[in-house]
Amino acid sequence: MSNAPMTGLHRLVVDAFSGRVLVIAAPFLFLLVFFLGPFFIVGKISVSEMEAVTFKDLVTWSEGVLTLSLKFGTYQFIAQDPLYWQTYVNSVKYAGATTLLCLFIGYPFAYFMARAKSSVQPALLMLVMLPFWTSFLLRVYSWRGLLTEGGWVAEVIVGLGLDQLLYSLGLITAPGKLMHTPFSLVLGMTYTYLPFMILPLYSNLAKMDLRLLEAAADLGATPWTAFWKITVPLSKAGIIAGSMLVFIPCIGEFVIPELLGGPETLMIGRVLWDEFFSNNDWPMASSVAVVMILLIIVPLAIFNKYQAEASDKR
Amino acid sequence: MKAASFNRWFGRGWLAAGFVFLYLPIVALIIFSFNDSPIPNVWRGFTLKWYEALIRDQEMLSGLWLSLQIALLTACGSVVLGTLAAFALVKYKRFKGRTLFSGMVSAPLVMPEVVVGLSLLLMLVSVQRALGFPERGLFTIWLGHLLLGMAYATVVVQARLQDLNPQLEEAAMDLGAKPHQVFWLVTLPMIGQSLISAWLLTFTLSLDDVVLSAFLSGPGSTTMPLVIFSRARLGLNPSVNAIATVIVIVVAVGVVLASYLIARAERRRQQEMASATRA
Amino acid sequence: MNVVSTEKPAFLQIQDVVKDFDGFKAVNHVSLDIAKGEIFALLGSSGCGKSTLLRMLAGFELPTSGRIVLEGEDLSGLPPYRRPMNMMFQSYALFPHLTVWENIAFGLKREGLPAAQVSERVESMLKLVQLSQFAKRKPHQLSGGQQQRVALARSLAKQPRLLLLDEPLGALDKKLREQTQIELVNIIESVGVTCVMVTHDQEEAMTMASRIAIMSEGRFLQVGAPGDLYETPATRFVADFIGNVNLMDGTLDEDEADHCVVGSADCRHYVGHGITGTQNMAVTVALRPEKIHLSRNRPLGHDGQPDPYNTAQGTIKEMSYFGSYTVFHVQLGSGAMLKVSMTNTQRHRDDEFTWGDTVWAHWSRSAHVVLTQ
Repeated sequence: MSNAPMTGLHRLVVDAFSGRVLVIAAPFLFLLVFFLGPFFIVGKISVSEMEAVTFKDLVTWSEGVLTLSLKFGTYQFIAQDPLYWQTYVNSVKYAGATTLLCLFIGYPFAYFMARAKSSVQPALLMLVMLPFWTSFLLRVYSWRGLLTEGGWVAEVIVGLGLDQLLYSLGLITAPGKLMHTPFSLVLGMTYTYLPFMILPLYSNLAKMDLRLLEAAADLGATPWTAFWKITVPLSKAGIIAGSMLVFIPCIGEFVIPELLGGPETLMIGRVLWDEFFSNNDWPMASSVAVVMILLIIVPLAIFNKYQAEASDKR
Repeated sequence: MKAASFNRWFGRGWLAAGFVFLYLPIVALIIFSFNDSPIPNVWRGFTLKWYEALIRDQEMLSGLWLSLQIALLTACGSVVLGTLAAFALVKYKRFKGRTLFSGMVSAPLVMPEVVVGLSLLLMLVSVQRALGFPERGLFTIWLGHLLLGMAYATVVVQARLQDLNPQLEEAAMDLGAKPHQVFWLVTLPMIGQSLISAWLLTFTLSLDDVVLSAFLSGPGSTTMPLVIFSRARLGLNPSVNAIATVIVIVVAVGVVLASYLIARAERRRQQEMASATRA
Repeated sequence: MNVVSTEKPAFLQIQDVVKDFDGFKAVNHVSLDIAKGEIFALLGSSGCGKSTLLRMLAGFELPTSGRIVLEGEDLSGLPPYRRPMNMMFQSYALFPHLTVWENIAFGLKREGLPAAQVSERVESMLKLVQLSQFAKRKPHQLSGGQQQRVALARSLAKQPRLLLLDEPLGALDKKLREQTQIELVNIIESVGVTCVMVTHDQEEAMTMASRIAIMSEGRFLQVGAPGDLYETPATRFVADFIGNVNLMDGTLDEDEADHCVVGSADCRHYVGHGITGTQNMAVTVALRPEKIHLSRNRPLGHDGQPDPYNTAQGTIKEMSYFGSYTVFHVQLGSGAMLKVSMTNTQRHRDDEFTWGDTVWAHWSRSAHVVLTQ
């Protein structure tokens, strides 16, 4: 800004300043108060003591004595109880499996969408988005019907004898019983999160300059080589975005494991839910949440970095 | 070339299989909503009784009404906050705390809802203990949905805003428009479509949300997804199929209609351009 | 560098303006006086600071230090929407959701003028740029040239005291450019508005502007009329920047008031003007290709003897045919290449030059200029 203060300059500063401050401040404050703030509260409550229906204050003043009571029992419990550890591992395991499956199914899908005739692409995009707009809860519920004994998909799988294969892989508990198994859980999660993988991949692949592939062919590369050496590396940003959009929320998924999962597919979202709603143990639930946040901090940072880079590059 | 045609058919096959996978549950939902059987799994016969029951289903209908109200409020609030956030991120490249801001805006997109729901609830309870309000209910659910909706709205609006030619706004200022006039007369008309997209998107998300609503609702404020969820947990329930079909039809009609209208406007514009150049 | 104008303070004064971006000086102590009614061009390659300077005039950037004064009024602090100048953008920046009519009316409506007056002004603008029948069209329905005319009309609608043009002909193809150059200047002159334009295209600057400032790295290298810049460049950089030039280094042998003699590797130059220099000073002689004539025979001086000055012998190494003229690259004795441009005044010559020919290049005593920088 100019060194010499003038009335005209002053007016400009006021014009710009007030607008700018408001625009940034409103959403910023909202997020600070309602998004970031709560995490600190969760941290605080995880070390508080539970009392009847609600939690005790950390700092109490009675009879001239200031007491700070921090109860780390919950964290101790989590660290020592094998059930919690197993559940966290399960969550990462199933989230990872879902991500890989989504990538395996979704990448070719996005690829062929991006290579389709340009007049057809908007229609394809709409068809992919349409299920996303209809309630995911209802669609997951529908899978119950499809996978229970007698359901369409169950009939097909059993009829083809594939259930024996799934049984031998340990993905289902008994031949013919497809529901409430790791199989049904991962299937349900893959189904729900597939659009989250397809969309960033499609958006990335559609923007790719096809002339690069022409140049590669001109230099002697087969389509297969060109795909692995050019297309895939260039779509790295899309792969990362899609993977993070699937992996991170899957870890804490609650609804799908609840409707499609079984006793041996216990995930951390369910644990948190039970601690809060069934046991009414708020500190416990908070500690579970804190550990979950720590679990996803690294993937979250990766996702954040990708988002920032993507918006800067435009 | 044989390789190219194999590629093409493989591609079409994969896309077709993918779409079958995506739409199978939806189709099944609809078909079994007409199934004359308490267990909507095996076909017994055609009936409309589940729809008749739906009309009398107080629990579901009041849940629907609440969800619609919250969704409406969420959509409006998300668009406002999301547009502000998008502006902040696109127009002002450098300000204190930008990285933090950017992180906070996009985090709800991926953060597991149980974590967001729990933390927000605990904070609201703390506030309630200190100040006496807010009670858990419509307002608290709305706050949670706003958090999520704002993240999505920001993504949508930011994408459009970034593509905007900055010289347009400069031209407006050069011609005498003050900053707020620039926004209303030039920027807003140009991002209008993305605002509508963001509105519809956040409306849908709010209508569909289970976990946040579960944590943040209070007695007497049960949203429709919560009603569906509690019934679905217990087992297969044909009333769910019925409401599902209604929702799917409404949404499908809406999306197809919107796509058609957009395509038609686009085609008309092309025609106008073609006739203009010939003139 | 300052350009001194008449006794009355100039119409537009740029006073020692600096624009500093975090230590990088995009505009580095620039001062300039522009007279009313002038068409002034800022010429330079990308990154030289010309666009930054233009944006400071428009108000989109504020100077780090220095002042911009229009008719005695200091504009430095005013935002763009309060300044009495208007800009025609490089991308035209026509509002896509408004018609041609509404685009032109936009600025007038911001002033709060009554509808009838707005209408009248818009109509006269449309007539000026000959787009009256396109009033109801939207920008995407117009050709590039038509869009430009709308942009021009829009920027003139408010009758600004200063018109700013940002690379006005950049988006047009060659044929259209030539035609538009003339049209543009006619319109600007008929309206009578003072104009500052920014361009990287020499031809554009030379044909349209009455005065040009050559900018490099945030500074003015030379300011003057196109002819002055071309024929009397101040430095090697300027000589090389505008058009084509042969630069020959040499030492100053004689220096008088009306002439000087410079000895260089291939010849001795008799230059028809004096410079203030010292004996044996290192100088450069700048000679434009079109001022050189090629012949097979050694040129003779006034006395009938071979001319000792301004001649050099060489071999034709390259020839480039441009239709109306041909450019020869002649290699001189020292190995240096001389670029010579000759108009093809006749369709065929019996003694046409070809590769490998030995020729004599010669030029007049007023053809070249001696540069000390």
